[in-house]
Amino acid sequence: MHISEGFLSPFWAGLWSLVALPFVIYGGYRVSKIFKERPREKIMIAVAGAFIFVLSALKLPSVTGSSSHPTGTGLAAILFGPGVTAFLATISLVFQALLLAHGGITTLGADIVSMGIAGPLVAFFTFKALRKMKAGLGISVFFAALLSDLVTYVVTAIQLALAYPGGGALTTAGFLSSFGTFMGIFALTQVPLAIAEGILFVIFFDFLKKSRQKQFAEVLK
Amino acid sequence: MAFPTWVKYLAGVGIIFLMFFGAILLNRDSEFGGADGAGEEAILEIAPDYEPWFSPLWEPKPETESMLFALQAAIGAGVIGYFIGQETAKRKDEREK
Repeated sequence: MHISEGFLSPFWAGLWSLVALPFVIYGGYRVSKIFKERPREKIMIAVAGAFIFVLSALKLPSVTGSSSHPTGTGLAAILFGPGVTAFLATISLVFQALLLAHGGITTLGADIVSMGIAGPLVAFFTFKALRKMKAGLGISVFFAALLSDLVTYVVTAIQLALAYPGGGALTTAGFLSSFGTFMGIFALTQVPLAIAEGILFVIFFDFLKKSRQKQFAEVLK
Repeated sequence: MAFPTWVKYLAGVGIIFLMFFGAILLNRDSEFGGADGAGEEAILEIAPDYEPWFSPLWEPKPETESMLFALQAAIGAGVIGYFIGQETAKRKDEREK
């Protein structure tokens, strides 16, 4: 999902940065508020960020014969919501853009929108909806974490199809032909990784339920 | 289910491991190139004239790059490991009280 440095025109680079900015600022504000008002949750913010750090560094083989990495945003999205997740994902993406030349500064906004905002937003609402429908914690976590990962890559495919429509002009047909190409590269490869990420977070939430049930009563009940 | 917790966790991790091991077995001749790189190639196929207008300020050499990726994973794994250890110890203390 990392779009290489310089591979979005100034227009798209600017647009996605503008979309990302308010989420990241709001997330930073929320994190500082949690640090002040609920200091016992600090460690959970660190752990949520840590999952993003580890999982987005692991390039895993997929059944399609190519490699990709999970996103790790499920925990942050479920426990703290999309704002905090956008902020935590930004830390990871900046680390990779500056030190690893993976992604870039000009494409940071687009990468934050896909990995830090779109995926986590879907995860957050999926979790809420499933819980409301009385689905078990495990099932709800599984689908939320899976979608957080998968939607990230679908959004990358949308972003690239908008910037590089087939035939050069942004028409519906041009968009769809490029969208198909990028979905084939990103989304298909991502399916087994997203399932694995879902399983991993089910295990972690089962562990969390045993020690932090009171603290996150609303989520873990 | 009546299985102890650690068996369930191990089964979950086992499934994850088998998925990736299976992916390697199914594609023995594949290079397992990164999807991000494939995306970049697809861009250049759709828009062969595109010139990236900005290049990375700094690019690590391949060896340094793998070290930095490992470092990133290690930082994250360290924090998670610390948390799991701390929580497990706390629970044990409470049980023994």
